[in-house]
Order: sequence, then structure tokens, then C-alpha cells
Amino acid sequence: MAKEYDVIIIGGGIVGCMVARFLSRYKLDILLIEKEVDIGMGTSSANSAVIHAGYNALPGTLKAKTNAMSSTLWEQISAELGVAFNRSGDYVVATNTDQMNTLGELLQQGKTNGVPEMEIISAYEMRKREPLITQDVAGALWAPTGGLIDTFALTVAAAENAVLNGTEILLDTPFEDFIWEGKRIIGIHTPRGAYKSRWVINAAGLYADDVMHKAGVRPDFKIHPRRGEYVILDKADFELTRETVLFPTPTEKGKGIVVTSTLHGNVIVGPNANFVDPKEDKTVTKEGIEEIWTGAKKLVPSINRRYIIANFAGLRAHGNAPCLTPGINYTGDFIIEIPKEVKGFINLGGLESPGLSSSPGIALMVIDLLKDAGETLLEKPNWNPIRETRPVFRHLSPTEQAALVKANPSYGRVICRCETVTEGEILAEIHAPIPATTYDAIKRRTWTGTGRCQGGFDMPRVVKILSDELGIPPEEITKKGKESPYLIRRTKDMGEEA
Amino acid sequence: MKHKYDVIIIGSGPGGLAAAIAAKKNGADDVLIIERDIELGGILLQCIHNGFGLEIFNKDMPGPSYAQHFIEEALGLGIEVILDTMVLDITPERKITATSKRIGFIELQARAIVLAMGCRERSRAQIMLPGTRPAGVYTAGTAQRWVNIEGYMPGKRFVILGSGDIGMIMARRLTIEGAKVERVLEIMPYLTGLTRNYVQCLIDYDITLQKSHTIKNILGNKRVEAIESVAVDEKWNPVPGSEEIIPCDTVLLSVGLIPENELSKNAGVTLDPITGGPFVDDRFMTNVPGIFAAGNVVHVYDLVDWVTEAGYVAGRSAANFAMKEKITKISHVPLSASENIRYVVPHAINRESLKEETVRLQMRVKTPIEEHVRIIVEDEQGNLLTRKSEAYARPGEIITMEIKSDAYDDVQNAKQPIVSLHKR
Ligand SMILES: Cc1cc2nc3c(=O)[nH]c(=O)nc-3n(C[C@H](O)[C@H](O)[C@H](O)COP(=O)(O)OP(=O)(O)OC[C@H]3O[C@@H](n4cnc5c(N)ncnc54)[C@H](O)[C@@H]3O)c2cc1C
Ligand SMILES: Cc1cc2nc3c(=O)[nH]c(=O)nc-3n(C[C@H](O)[C@H](O)[C@H](O)COP(=O)(O)OP(=O)(O)OC[C@H]3O[C@@H](n4cnc5c(N)ncnc54)[C@H](O)[C@@H]3O)c2cc1C
Repeated sequence: MAKEYDVIIIGGGIVGCMVARFLSRYKLDILLIEKEVDIGMGTSSANSAVIHAGYNALPGTLKAKTNAMSSTLWEQISAELGVAFNRSGDYVVATNTDQMNTLGELLQQGKTNGVPEMEIISAYEMRKREPLITQDVAGALWAPTGGLIDTFALTVAAAENAVLNGTEILLDTPFEDFIWEGKRIIGIHTPRGAYKSRWVINAAGLYADDVMHKAGVRPDFKIHPRRGEYVILDKADFELTRETVLFPTPTEKGKGIVVTSTLHGNVIVGPNANFVDPKEDKTVTKEGIEEIWTGAKKLVPSINRRYIIANFAGLRAHGNAPCLTPGINYTGDFIIEIPKEVKGFINLGGLESPGLSSSPGIALMVIDLLKDAGETLLEKPNWNPIRETRPVFRHLSPTEQAALVKANPSYGRVICRCETVTEGEILAEIHAPIPATTYDAIKRRTWTGTGRCQGGFDMPRVVKILSDELGIPPEEITKKGKESPYLIRRTKDMGEEA
Repeated sequence: MKHKYDVIIIGSGPGGLAAAIAAKKNGADDVLIIERDIELGGILLQCIHNGFGLEIFNKDMPGPSYAQHFIEEALGLGIEVILDTMVLDITPERKITATSKRIGFIELQARAIVLAMGCRERSRAQIMLPGTRPAGVYTAGTAQRWVNIEGYMPGKRFVILGSGDIGMIMARRLTIEGAKVERVLEIMPYLTGLTRNYVQCLIDYDITLQKSHTIKNILGNKRVEAIESVAVDEKWNPVPGSEEIIPCDTVLLSVGLIPENELSKNAGVTLDPITGGPFVDDRFMTNVPGIFAAGNVVHVYDLVDWVTEAGYVAGRSAANFAMKEKITKISHVPLSASENIRYVVPHAINRESLKEETVRLQMRVKTPIEEHVRIIVEDEQGNLLTRKSEAYARPGEIITMEIKSDAYDDVQNAKQPIVSLHKR
């Protein structure tokens, strides 16, 4: 058997990658495995990308705790990792007195959770700040510490920074089973082979229940995926007056349909919440689109269906873990623990919303768990928290663009016309520390193909670039890994000469 | 390469090529075409089928041959060309920013500009197509590029959504290449492309067209595995019980084209929400003085010959604008479309135009009328400016007619001529 690791992380979503990044500052040999061909293909790439202020979670829950722990860290993390973040603040909008009462309760809950500077503002004030808001507005809860993040870039950047600091990542490598020594987990089996480790961390998202069951932990814990559907609006057609998040007043069913800016410029609308089976069912339904559209119209009546350029769905890893704080009656909390019944296993699970907002806090708790278990975590003297960013053509001024093209002409060729993504950006991602090897990987990292033509123009061009750079035929270039090729074979006459 | 040009044309499809040729022939000295692709010719390069040039050359040619004719003429006239270069921005003052791998980031000034960027295809979400998001869902034009330019087949078993021309042409092309086209589905109760293409591409190749049908669901996580089709009523509501699972690995969308006008908007050009293109007069000038537009960027044409003709007009107008010291005030009379007619291009006529020549009008109807119709253009007083008879009127086929010079006097007095269509 090859190398022995100190820590193996199962799952390369935001949680696995953030844990890897935080642990990479210590003298630990870390391996992260991900079953897909890229990191961040699960829930971390299909959510609202909102950094929650922290007033939603019930006080006493791990959701509330990790959200609060993380909230103040975002300026630093986003600066270190070179990821777009805007502490835009967010609003919860009420349209009647009942809802105003709910806002009062939310405000109280937020205060208990330690969320600063929240206030209830008048309908007049809300309309002044966002004239597009419904005329029915009765008032709103304003949480200035809420924010927006580029969730795609965050996952990649956290993983890249971990790699820079020595973490190894194996893509296309599903966890199959544990290696045991009595009641101690000492490694994992994958189709690539076995890997030994002193600790294994479960960060498998929707599949965290399967992983912990293999460890013999929490046999009653079950993840019921809850699908959330979205539509994306063309930024040329619609934007909010200021980048922000507009929530409706929550109900027992959840936070409701949000109208939110994204840091890519598009407004997105969604999500609804419907339980689905199986765990990969990211179908967008006609009914679902109707549901979110009706919801969004109640907040911002002026949106028009003609603005829609894309839709998608994400799956919440909704679990049934009870909150362990005495006196708090709540099921559906996060699991962040070293289970008593096995050794060498850190168990994370049920990380639905606000899992993205909480990811740094979850990573910090993992560090504490390791310390509590007697690990002496020694800091690496040469740990580098900075992840160098790569140029983004469309964010530059014309003068900067000219200089960039002069320095590297491939930044002069535009591959994605709607989002103005250049060949240089795509090449940089193919040759990045975690190489983008599929169309979707390039899309998540560069925003290619996300505009109003939805890849119609760039797709053949990107497939060609991938084929040239990876040195494999175009038929082997995929959208998202095995069994998702774009092309089947050469045409007849071309085939003969090949 | 210079930094100042008399006329700069953006796009080198048939519209742009004709505009460049006409600009040069009408007195513009420095004429430049900027094209983002690596070759001149625009969308015609991937249209290797016949059907081009019947009006202008009286000949049935494949797209690349049609384009080649104009490419040679343009190059012969000494028109400058930069390829593989994307125009990023145009200002109302006609400053152009463009970028390219070979020549870098450039800023140019034009006395007149002709927008000839063509159009793009409507995508999946714009028609709210539900389902999963696997590989294997492409627009018909993207598939056409793959097959005809890159030489690759994007699938084995196809379902095509939409009976637009590109979809039907691809149905035939894919069949010839050995693929199976399971079905063409059309949500409307009528064909949306040309009847000629229906006969030559679907009937002749035994491909089934189902009108009043659409896709209810796309199945498959990684690659398309099947679609679920459904019949719809007049209001596009699904007919319960009519669902059918059709196994396939590829879905092609031929669900409409949208003029490509992001650049135009930056330049302050006002767009007609119905055509998706700029408001233009009969000289193809937009609301921004000195910015002209021709071809699919104005409205989606069905025949390339009319694109060429529009390019000629726009190029000549651009040259006149560029070379004249002083711009004389133009008096326009707006044209309006009545109920049956979806739109008319141009949106307005320069009152002086008819002194020299006829003005061509092009229009599309809203719904098909399968009997003899008469199209009438008259002013608000009831004075007839022109009329034309057609054997039928179909949304997929543009109706073309002319206002002749003899209507000059009537046009001087008219306030808002109306175009209307009547059954005979
Ligand atoms: C609709 C929706 C909206 C949301 N909005 C927000 C929001 O606005 N703000 C917020 O803070 N949170 C939000 N969330 C929650 C947030 O997206 C998640 O909490 C977060 O992405 C979870 O990250 P993760 O790493 O745990 O899971 P994932 O991103 O799913 O990562 C788990 C990874 O494990 C891999 N994996 C699974 N099984 C195996 C195996 N056997 N072997 C190897 N790898 C494996 C998966 O492929 C996957 O990449 C939202 C969620 C949804 C669904
Ligand atoms: C798939 C298809 C099949 C057709 N089949 C037929 C047929 O059988 N018979 C027939 O008569 N007609 C047919 N037509 C119609 C006819 O070909 C088109 O109407 C005609 O090509 C339109 O010409 P155009 O010059 O307006 O646009 P295009 O030919 O589309 O040219 C536009 C050019 O502008 C360039 N461009 C766009 N934006 C920029 C930018 N920012 N910077 C630089 N360059 C830019 C594009 O690369 C392109 O080359 C077909 C059209 C299509 C799309």
C-alpha cells in the first residue's frame, strides 16, 4: 500500500474543500477524494449563493452556531482566496401585518444568534431602497451583514489553495468502503485502490448518510433530497437597483422564493422546495417554474418571462438529525461530530442551507474536534493563505484589456460572445492546479456559455480547445464526465480519411 | 491598418459583404469589415445545402458558393478585412472597440457604421423546456456547425423540436449522414419554416412531422436518453394522455432566431420589440445618425437574396452619410402594421426616397391564411400607395412588396400609412 495520510476527506463540495483548505495550514498529509470529474459539481454549484446573515436558524442549533462563526470571516476569506464577495445586506419583505409580526420574531432570533445591526424598516424606506419592490410591501427586515458570494469560484479557490499548501486531490474517485482495524477506521477503498489514513472526514453531501452508515454510525439518519428550482434572468434585461437579496417572509415551509442578485450580474429567482427521490433528480419541471415565478412576482412584479435565459435545480441534503443542545426541540440540524462508536472518523452530515455560509465555521469546528481528540496540530511555517487570481477579461478596463492582450494574445480571442470570455481564460483553467477538463468545469470557472445564447456559439469552440489542450479527440470531450460526450463520431467523409 | 475609416461593417455574412461592396462602389474610400469568425461569409459557410441565389442569380447554389461570389467581389474592390476579431463595443459617436488574438486590442473611428451581426438561435430556457440538463441538447445551428464545418456527428438518434428551416435542413443532413431522426415536433398547428424545406427535407426523407406537439420532459442525467412528447391544444396546454416516450440521444432545437443586437444597444440604437432588431428607415439607418443595419440583425430573413439587397441599400446609405460634409434634415413617414401583419420593415420611409427609386417593404403575418390574400398599403385618407396579391400568407414566409415612385406625391402628404392584409 502506498502513502499513508493523516486525513482523508470524502467529497469535494464547498465543505470538503473548505475543510481541506483550513487543515492545510497544519503539518498534515491530506487527501481529498471526489467521485465526479471535478470538484464542486454537487449542491455547491446549484444554490442561491447567499451568505446568510444568520437570523434564520433556530438559536442553539449547529446551523446557527456555524453560520455566526463564519459571518465575520468572509472579507478575509474572499480576499485571501481571490473570490468575489459583496456584503450587500439582505431584506426579508413583509406584505401584511401577520408577516410584520414574523419579522419581529426573526429580528429577535437574529439578535439571539448574535447577528449585528439588524433593523425593521418601513415600507416607504424599502421602496426607496428598491423601487422595484411590490407595492404591497408593508415593511422589511434589513440585515446589513448578509451577502453574496461566487459559490463556484469559492469551491475551486478553496481547493486550489489547499493544493498549493500540499493537499492532494483525486477526482473521479468514489469512496467505496472503509478499511478497519477493530473499531478504528484506518483508510478507505476506492476503485483506484486503497488509501490509508489516521482520520477520514465524511463530507459527501447528499451521500453523507450512505458514508456514515458504512461506518456504522447513525443508522437512523437519512437524507431526503429536497429539490430547489431556479430561473436565471438576462442581465441585459433586468437587474435590481442595487445588488442585494430579497427574501419573502418565511413560512413553516422555508425561506421561500428569493429574488437575488448574483455576482455574475444576473438576477436569479427561486428556489422552491420539493422532496425528490432519487438523489440525482435535478429535473426542472414546468410546475416548478410556475411555482417560483408566481412567488417571485409577489416580490418584484415587473419581472418578465422574456428575461429568462436559463434554469437549473439544486438538491438540499435535508437530514433528520436532532439538535443536541438540551432544551432545543429541532430535527434537521447539521451533524458535526466524532462519533463515539468508531475511532478515526469525523462525521459531517445534513449540511443543507446555510451550509455554504457556514462552511468556514464547519471547518473551524473540525479543527477543534481534532484537537479535542488529542491531535497536536502544528502550523506549517510556510503556509500560504493566498490563492493567486487569474485575469478575467470582462472585469478589466479597456486599458487593462489592451495591456493583457498585448502580454498574452490568447486573451484577445473571445470564445463566449455573451459573457465575453476569452481563450486565455479558458486555457488558464485547463492548466490550473485543479485542471478543468470538461465543458461544465470551464463553465463554472469562467462563466462561458452562461449567457443568453447558452453555449450555442462557444460550445463547438470550447470542445475544440479542450481537445487540443488535453490531446484527446473531440469525441472524448464531455459535458460533465463519463457518458456525457458532445460528439459521437466523425461525419462519413471525414471518417474515411481519419 | 488605419484608425479611421469611412465605413466600418460589423459582420461578413451576405448582409455585411453587400454593404461593404455598395459602400465602396458609392464613393467610400476606406471600407473595413470586421468579422469574428476565421473566414468571411457568415452563417452561409455552414449552409452547404442548395437554395441560395434564386432571386439574384436565378441559380440554385449552396450557401458557401453564394458567399464566395461576394467575397471575391469585395476583396477585388480593395475592401479591408480583419478576421477572428470580435467587436466589443460601439459608441453613438461611432467609435469601435474590438479584440483579436492576432492584432490585439484595437480602437477605431468610423464616419458610418453598418451593423451586420446576423442573429442567434433561441435557446432551451427561452422556451421553458423542462427536464434534466444532460449533454445532447443543442440548437440546430450549433449542430449544423459541428456537422458541416467541424465534421463531427453530435448524436445517433435525434428528436428535433421546431419546424423552422434550420431544423428541417438538419433533419435531412443528419439522415444523409446515417443518423436516425425520430421525429420533428412543432408546437404550432402549422409549419414555421418554408414549405419548400418541408417537402425537400422531411417528406422526401420520410421524416415524421407532428404539429401541435412539444417536448414535455427531457430524460437522462449525463446524456439525453429519451424525451417525453405531448400533444397541445390551441393554447399550448398539454393534452392529457397524449404523452409518448421517444428514446433518443440528442434533441435539436429549431425554435426561432433572435437578431443579435447587444452591440447596437450600447450604441444607443433603439430596438423594435417585435422584430428584435433596430427601427430602420428605407435606407436602413437606425435612430442613431450614421449607424445603419442590414440583414438578420434587422429582422430574420428567410431568403438570402433579400439580405444581399438590404446590404446594398445600407452600404450605399452609409457611404452617402460618410462622404457628405453636411447632413440634411430627413423627413420620415412612419409605416404601421395592422392586425394580421406582425411587422413591416422598414419602420419608416424617407419622404425623398421615392423620387429616385422604389422602396421595398417586407413583412410577416401572424397566422397562416391558406387562401388568396391581398396586401394593401394606404394612407390614413384611404389613398392607395401600393398593393399586392398572394396565393396564401404564412408566418414562415416573408411577404415582399414595393412602393413605386409614382406614389411620391401621396407619400409627401401621408402621416401614417397602414399595411393591412385581406382575404379576397
Ligand atoms: C436550492 C438550494 C439553495 C441553497 N442556498 C444556499 C444559500 O443561499 N446559502 C447557503 O449558505 N447555503 C445554501 N444552500 C446550501 C448549500 O448549497 C450547501 O449547504 C452546500 O453546498 C453543501 O456543501 P457540501 O460540500 O456539503 O455538499 P456538495 O456540494 O454536494 O458536496 C459533496 C460532494 O461529495 C461528493 N461525493 C458524494 N459521495 C461521494 C463518494 N462516495 N465518494 C467521493 N465523493 C463523493 C459529491 O460528488 C459532491 O461533490 C442551498 C442549497 C440548495 C439545494
Ligand atoms: C442555418 C440557416 C440556414 C439558412 N438556410 C437558407 C437557405 O436555404 N436559403 C436562403 O436563401 N437563406 C437561408 N438562410 C438565411 C440566410 O442565410 C441568412 O438570412 C443570411 O445568412 C443572413 O445574413 P446576415 O449577413 O444578416 O447574417 P450572418 O450570415 O449571420 O452574418 C453575420 C456575421 O456577423 C458576425 N458577427 C456577429 N457579431 C459580431 C461581432 N461582435 N464582431 C464581429 N463579427 C460579428 C458573425 O460572425 C457572422 O459572420 C439560412 C439561415 C440560417 C441561419
